[in-house]
Amino acid sequence: MSKQLPETPMLDQLEGGPWPSFVTGLKRLASSEDKPYAPMMKSLLGQLERSYETRKGYWKGGTVGVVGYGAGIIPRFSELSEEFPESAEFHTFRVMPPSGMHYDTEILNKLCDIWEKYGSGLIALHGQSGDIMLQGCTTENVQPCFDELNELGFDLGGAGAGVRTSMACVGAARCEQSCYDEAKAQRLIINSFLDEMHRPSLPYKFKFKFSGCANDCVNATHRSDFAVLGTWRDDMQVDQEEVKAYVAKNGRKQMIDQVITMCPTNALSLNDDDTLDVDNKSCVRCMHCINVMTKALKPGKERGVTVLVGGKRTLKVGDLMGTVVVPFMKLETDDDYEQLNDLAHRVMDFFVDNALEHERTGEMIERIGLVNFLEGIGVDLDPNMVAHPRTNSYVRTDGWDEEVAKWEARKGAPAKAKAAE
Amino acid sequence: MTEPRRPIESGVPDPFLYMHPLLKQNYGNWKWHDRPRPGVLHHVAYGGDEVWTVKAGTQRQMDVYTVRKLCEIADTFAEGHMRFTTRSNVEFMVSSADKVQPLIEALESSGFPVGGTGNSVSMISHTQGWLHCDIPATDASGVVKALMDAMYHEFTHEEMPNRVKITTSCCQINCGGQGDIAINIQHTKPPVINHDLVSKVCERPAVVARCPVAAIRPAMVNGKPSLEVDEKKCICCGACYPPCPPMQINDPVNSKLAIWVGGKHSSTRSKPTFHKLVAAGIPNNPPRWPEATEIVLKILHAYKDNAKAWERMGEWIERIGWPRFFELTELPFTKYHIDSWRGSRVQLNASAQVHF
Repeated sequence: MSKQLPETPMLDQLEGGPWPSFVTGLKRLASSEDKPYAPMMKSLLGQLERSYETRKGYWKGGTVGVVGYGAGIIPRFSELSEEFPESAEFHTFRVMPPSGMHYDTEILNKLCDIWEKYGSGLIALHGQSGDIMLQGCTTENVQPCFDELNELGFDLGGAGAGVRTSMACVGAARCEQSCYDEAKAQRLIINSFLDEMHRPSLPYKFKFKFSGCANDCVNATHRSDFAVLGTWRDDMQVDQEEVKAYVAKNGRKQMIDQVITMCPTNALSLNDDDTLDVDNKSCVRCMHCINVMTKALKPGKERGVTVLVGGKRTLKVGDLMGTVVVPFMKLETDDDYEQLNDLAHRVMDFFVDNALEHERTGEMIERIGLVNFLEGIGVDLDPNMVAHPRTNSYVRTDGWDEEVAKWEARKGAPAKAKAAE
Repeated sequence: MTEPRRPIESGVPDPFLYMHPLLKQNYGNWKWHDRPRPGVLHHVAYGGDEVWTVKAGTQRQMDVYTVRKLCEIADTFAEGHMRFTTRSNVEFMVSSADKVQPLIEALESSGFPVGGTGNSVSMISHTQGWLHCDIPATDASGVVKALMDAMYHEFTHEEMPNRVKITTSCCQINCGGQGDIAINIQHTKPPVINHDLVSKVCERPAVVARCPVAAIRPAMVNGKPSLEVDEKKCICCGACYPPCPPMQINDPVNSKLAIWVGGKHSSTRSKPTFHKLVAAGIPNNPPRWPEATEIVLKILHAYKDNAKAWERMGEWIERIGWPRFFELTELPFTKYHIDSWRGSRVQLNASAQVHF
């Protein structure tokens, strides 16, 4: 006789209401008597209901992996294996999605086929780091399941002290605000760090994220050690006829209240003829006006990226935002993309050599100072790296003249190069 | 013995293999977009191609039946392609306006709410909780389900001043991230140590090093090498628990929920900001967490009723001031709202500017 569906009075209360219910999904899997995972999912429901009753978690980690890799499988063993034996092993696969998380139905159905054969049938699309998470596999099935996923074209993502799975926004695929080829940059960089992802041996985790503009739809600024954010260096593109049409349709008050006065650097002014005056030197490429007037305004044409380094979540000394390390890097040619990849590798090398165990890049920079970090990765100083210069007068400045000479040399260099042309 | 199969280290898959053909053809050549209605985006390319995107919410933790249902909808109504957003919403792309309504009807009749665009409350980004995490003090999917049920209207309509991004986290590491509103576990008691297990399970120096306030030190307890916690110094963060499970931080009664507001990832208008504590001591009350839901709704409605168009939660509070925020939300202001570490002095009001 097949195992009964467990009584789950608490979880049942999460089946009502209009939002799609994960509990209903779990029960569908547990009730699929013709499928190999039904007993496992009945057991899982029993354990989850227990957690709801006791307000305690019952999973512990361990060591499970696939041949050749030291990461990518999150082992989960139940502390209640005697009571819930069928879900005693419930490991997760972290699988890297295509850039921008694009799928066709054929690939998703094939993914489901493999997962129904070897796993629980439970899939998270996607985890917080961007992984496809296949949740619930026995130790025995991990290797054959991976082999089939891998043959289908999928590779495992990161875990532990290694390079983690990365995310790129939808970007150039469907967004006019995209300032570079996010998928190209992501795949170039991540696929050159697969050794650091699959065989983790860094001081701690390292995350890359790729957003096409300052709207930062993949939360790169805060949620990655190396954030690549699209921007532009020339003037914003303005279609003045569309500006006039916007004002005509929505009125001057809305134009002033929602566009002009919301510019963080007061770079906008409405002309008497309802065209827009843009002070591009004051503009910080924040995207607000472009978000509001999607037809009239666009990023400029000389596009590239700003790179921020050091973002992270709370553990252990508190949250950090990434801060500017490269204010602008043009991204057009293949060589430009290689330059970005080269920067990523310099940052990684420095991190590997200098971070303490379990220290993130942001914490390392906080400990050693931004200036030492910049010297280490060979990046020149720029006032865009600070919110404002130092306010504390207790500083030793006896190398001032040498530093000024460096600044003058750097500042003079482009002018000299131009004169030589 | 046969050689084990070696992995093909193929890395991040090529998105062009799976991308909707119109997105592929117009890659990098989009001109503008608008939103014809909540849940629908309309993009126009320089060459004149147009694509309509219908966005719908999912439960994130999906069974294969749900994924196959989405595939069936994509095959019948959406030209066989889809993509997902960072907040687990699904997006279907179609090549003509007349395909939008049938797609919306198919999604809604299958239980997927259409919305999440523009100035709506999008899906909550969340963690794994009791379903799969090894250190959770609460569930994630359940909290999210309860909250999204309560905010369903705000997902399917664009009635907020600006977009609202909500996150949840089931430990104080806060994997859910920054949010306009964040609902996170807040432990209130130091870890309870099982001294019989510490020396067997934990690498003691690593655990000592993990503590952000140096409150853990090696000790002999009952003749066994273990660890002890200076409970006066301990900030109950739980950072010692992952590397040392015998230092149990999760407490069914004393692990509470806290609510934070004003976090923002984008550099749009204002610079990115961290969320700030506004409420704590909220019961961790499964299966539907009614107390937390009530406070979230109160904050959400105060924002909806009072913020100006395009102001994010944190920008709105920055304008009206914290006294007014606490007044509008009727939340108490306590000593726990004032940070006390060395670097937190910048959080004090060093001016004569006072709100009345």
